[in-house]
Amino acid sequence: MDALDGNAIGGLLQEVFGTDMTIAVGTCAFCGRTGPVAETVVYLRAPGTVVRCRTCGNVLMVVAEVHGRKCVDLQGLAALQAS
Amino acid sequence: MEGTAVRGRLTWQTATVSQLIDETPTVRTIDLQVPDWAGHQAGQHLDIRLTGDDGYRAERSYSIASAPGEPLAITVERLEDGEVSPYLTEDLRQGDQFELRGPIGLYFVWDPARDTGPLLLLAGGSGVVPLRAILRYRERTGSATAVRLLYSARSLPDVIYREELDHYNHDPGVEVSYTLTRQQPPGWTGRAGRVNAAMLADIAWPASQNPLAFVCGPTSFVEAVANALVGLGYPPVRVKTERFGATGAPGGP
Repeated sequence: MDALDGNAIGGLLQEVFGTDMTIAVGTCAFCGRTGPVAETVVYLRAPGTVVRCRTCGNVLMVVAEVHGRKCVDLQGLAALQAS
Repeated sequence: MEGTAVRGRLTWQTATVSQLIDETPTVRTIDLQVPDWAGHQAGQHLDIRLTGDDGYRAERSYSIASAPGEPLAITVERLEDGEVSPYLTEDLRQGDQFELRGPIGLYFVWDPARDTGPLLLLAGGSGVVPLRAILRYRERTGSATAVRLLYSARSLPDVIYREELDHYNHDPGVEVSYTLTRQQPPGWTGRAGRVNAAMLADIAWPASQNPLAFVCGPTSFVEAVANALVGLGYPPVRVKTERFGATGAPGGP
């Protein structure tokens, strides 16, 4: 399926972080691109949700649901700043 | 828990269908009543959750079609291989209920109190839905912001909200134009074919006017349009994008 963008996981991330994250600014740990989460490349059924950098394709975030809990891997982000 | 929604936290709420409006043969607007709806901004979306008799759940995101202050509404396009949209566009009846949460997203939002500059709205197919909320909000607030909408549709009968959009031709502050990609009616004098750089150069506000662009539609449409706007000198921060995937609503079929 086509890649979407970070708007598509606005609800999922708000559930996890408790605030809107589409306008949160992330920095790619690989290439240093900085921009709003809304502008990332998102694959909803990867399995799990995979969020990639729009510049270099580095995996920024992975969100998976295990036994009803959301597990979030943020290893690909150097920084994530919510407003 | 009803009545205990904390701002910022998203909770699933029960929505009741109050009205169904057929927009095109495959697109329907669903007016919803949600007792604890916190209100929304123009351009936001919501998540819908359907639960089958066997407990199977499906979640999808849909853009909000109504302006802030208006009753909540979404507009849904039926996807032939869809799991959720055929139910919403064919089986759903007035009085039916389902779960939703929202409003969601502060990125793809037009706020006249904050945002300056003329608006350039670019819609591909059902990507017109959040842009319609922006147009309606502009009208409701009496904003003098100048707006141009370019709406790419397969054919004239596929144009969603056509009557409403045509009505804006009476407003000197709004210019609505269509480009028809697959089929044009006899005598069509409007644009034809996919949105390209030349078409955008013709219709887009000059970058020197500090325009704010909202681009919503299938992924390939959004990429092409956003890149062309940057090519015309629009700073990337002035080009807000929302991708719907190859077909239909955000989240895919």
